[in-house]
Amino acid sequence: MTSLDVAFAAVAVVAAASGLLAVTTRHVVHSALWLVVSLGSVAGCYLVLGAEFVALVQVLVYVGAIVVLVLFALMLTRAPIGPNREVSTSPAHRVLAAVLGAGVTALLCAAFWPLAVGAPAVTRLETRTGALAGQLFGTWVWPFEVLSLLLLVSLVAALAVSRLAKEAEEATVRAHPGETVHRPAEDVEA
Amino acid sequence: MIHLAGPYLLAAVLAGLGTYGVLARRNAVLVLVGIELVLNAATVLLVATTAAGGDRWVAGNVLTLFVVTIAAAEVSVALAVVLAVFRLRGDIDLARPSAPEGDRR
Repeated sequence: MTSLDVAFAAVAVVAAASGLLAVTTRHVVHSALWLVVSLGSVAGCYLVLGAEFVALVQVLVYVGAIVVLVLFALMLTRAPIGPNREVSTSPAHRVLAAVLGAGVTALLCAAFWPLAVGAPAVTRLETRTGALAGQLFGTWVWPFEVLSLLLLVSLVAALAVSRLAKEAEEATVRAHPGETVHRPAEDVEA
Repeated sequence: MIHLAGPYLLAAVLAGLGTYGVLARRNAVLVLVGIELVLNAATVLLVATTAAGGDRWVAGNVLTLFVVTIAAAEVSVALAVVLAVFRLRGDIDLARPSAPEGDRR
């Protein structure tokens, strides 16, 4: 056990425990908040592994953007505050899911076993941000550009999906006049 | 000096937890939480590969940045779909069947 091993184990335990809470808690909003802790601890793992820029991007994009987006979606879909049994499936289904999850873990452990057991400690290679930037805008520049296109496409797609849903809803209103329509997300668009 | 058993074990555990989260949740938004955990399992492996000096071109770190970006794109589209479904059905419960065509409101 080296000092880096100890540091990694400390953040990894936090990441795994908060990940477990994120997928098992009955509070809908707590699930998203435990995800913040889990992703933040994974960022800590990246720091221990010497990838400082990736750790910062993890905090900025995952914790700062993706989890906030998830929290927004929970608010917009009127997530119940407080414990709620409706959040998870039936106990039998959960047991089956737990068996499958444990199976995935066991499968991956079996795959990594020959690589990890008995292998000597390796020298940690620290990735300097400058070197990473050089590679990103040198070797990887075309995938990087295509990725910006992907972000644009996903933005337009998200807009299109929300507009299509609105049109479908208005068509339903026209087909069934006089009925009250459930439009919870309406005030948000204004 | 670091042993690679730690990152490997963390990746396996996160992937298992994410699989459980995807399968055991009825709320569509919370299924995404499970997907994020699986993606993080993959990125931990990628970063560990670079830290061990096993690649050229810093591929592990660069691919991790790409995975984070793709996750952001995926979440934005998925949440747009979830909100559209909520607007049409009034709930996002994956265990409840949709109302038949015609009496959907």
